[in-house]
Amino acid sequence: MAEQVDNNGRRRFLTATTAVVGGIGGLFAAVPFVKSWQPSARALVAGAPVEQDIGKLEIGQRLILQWRGQPVWITRRTPEMMAALPNLDGQLRDPNSDNLDQQPEYARNAHRSIKPEVLVLVGICTHLGCSPLFRPEMVAQPFDPAWKGGFFCPCHGSKFDMAGRVYQGVPAPTNLRVPPHMYASDTRIVVGVNAPAKA
Amino acid sequence: MAAVKPRPGLVQGVTDWVTERTPGLMPAYRKHLSEYYAPKNFNLWYYFGSLAMVVLVNQIVTGIWLTMSYKPSAAEAFASVEHIMRDVEWGWLIRYMHSTGASAFFIVVYLHMFRGLIYGSYQKPRELVWLLGMLIYLVLMAEAFMGYVLPWGQMSYWGAQVITSLFSAIPFVGEALVEWIRGDFLISDATLNRFFALHVVALPLVLLLLVVLHLGALHEVGSNNPDGVDIKKKKDANGKPLDGIAFHPYYTVKDLFGLGFFLIICAFIIFFAPTFGGLFLEHDNFVIADPMVTPDHIKPVWYYTPFYAMLRAIPDKLAGVIVMFAAVLILFFVPWLDRSPVRSIRYRGWPSKVMIAGLVVSFVWLGYIGANPPTDTLTTIGQVLTAFYFFFFLAMPWWSRMGKTKPVPDRVTMPH
Repeated sequence: MAEQVDNNGRRRFLTATTAVVGGIGGLFAAVPFVKSWQPSARALVAGAPVEQDIGKLEIGQRLILQWRGQPVWITRRTPEMMAALPNLDGQLRDPNSDNLDQQPEYARNAHRSIKPEVLVLVGICTHLGCSPLFRPEMVAQPFDPAWKGGFFCPCHGSKFDMAGRVYQGVPAPTNLRVPPHMYASDTRIVVGVNAPAKA
Repeated sequence: MAAVKPRPGLVQGVTDWVTERTPGLMPAYRKHLSEYYAPKNFNLWYYFGSLAMVVLVNQIVTGIWLTMSYKPSAAEAFASVEHIMRDVEWGWLIRYMHSTGASAFFIVVYLHMFRGLIYGSYQKPRELVWLLGMLIYLVLMAEAFMGYVLPWGQMSYWGAQVITSLFSAIPFVGEALVEWIRGDFLISDATLNRFFALHVVALPLVLLLLVVLHLGALHEVGSNNPDGVDIKKKKDANGKPLDGIAFHPYYTVKDLFGLGFFLIICAFIIFFAPTFGGLFLEHDNFVIADPMVTPDHIKPVWYYTPFYAMLRAIPDKLAGVIVMFAAVLILFFVPWLDRSPVRSIRYRGWPSKVMIAGLVVSFVWLGYIGANPPTDTLTTIGQVLTAFYFFFFLAMPWWSRMGKTKPVPDRVTMPH
């Protein structure tokens, strides 16, 4: 027969406390390994704001610039595009930009922009991160016979109007994101920062 | 004077020397090979386990050789793969062996899983074998996904973008989690580099460990067979199953025979159709990754397309992601969902046969839908098939008991 063990409670207490202390130590030791997956200082620096001159952007045209490695679209909308926007409200998931994460407060309006005709969007589908295609023509499309212009994601068929607002019945859950941006002058846009608060 | 002991030969001497120092070696050899009694009625379906092991070895060996010339950086990765294809001696062969091996791995694994499904190989007492096998499948999917990112083509890039974005569907922590996985605000050099580390070191280690456990668990309970008969119930005087034959030499020889055919098929693909019409290596992946432009038609490699079709079938981001992951996870529960009194499809009632046939049709059809651009018709069919896929598993406790089963024989049956 095994020897009678003395102080059983004490042994159990010591085992449990050692395990707890060791476990906490293990968690602390895991921190550097987990943290090391965060964006590095270099990646953070590369995420600095970018400036773009839009003086030469014609009506109906779009230009693409890179911010944080993501495409940012700047589109100068035509009057027809602007006129079509309010008529689409019934087909959209979030026509009034009620989801506050998808645009800064100054772009929470009918046209989702600071200057009505100039639309600034992060060109990444809010579904799974593809870059939607620019389909500004108001002609019948394979994915929508009554197309009023906008953006179509080829990956999973999400549709957005010319204000980046998502249609109903597509996989993307939210409107395209309007990045923080400001006008340094009448024709110079800075993407990545909000305008400094007026004193 | 005592008689001089005769000196053993060199081979015997070395064997004795090793055995003396590792007494567990010979018993392990006997347990897993020379005295592992497998049912004598294995058929074609029983090749795919050993073939999967051969493919794993192929992936490891060719993979090690590829790392000798591959550069895991966003600036150099694409060019270094082209360098392997054009400049490195026999580099094209080693790379095509690796890329064909990846698809071959999934072909044999899917057939291996289907074998388990039709012969009820997951039923008691083999639940753990099934669970470990499913873990292997899960790790294999992660391994293949990260491997596909490494050539840094357009499909690598946008595939990684889509798959990592899946995690952004998780409420509250999603966006931060995606940033953490990518190590940047987008798929970038940091992402490529860490996927390389995981693909080449971390996941292969996990995979090897799981394969050892899978085989260990199998050899504890013994192999099932096409009749689903428990061969351990009928033993001879020495305790050897009457319907069992030693794995070595009988099944090692059989598996080598099958391997010959398998390698001929693989060699044909490697030499004559390495991209397999854009299925094994997609056309868009011969274009270097461009974060500014998404290819018009983005799709995953064929072995993920059934799950991808399920993701697309659901017009809601979070629900789609949940359905897709659930489609894989539900497979883990098969041993407890199946309530059939018999193992093998040979003795099951007709509802089981119809359902399994339906599963094959829906899985293959979903695979077709996932590989094609989304249209309204395909999406609708995809929704129906997704519903059937889940119906198959969720209703399994009922349909698996339906229909009249045939009597299971005492001994295995063999064609004469």
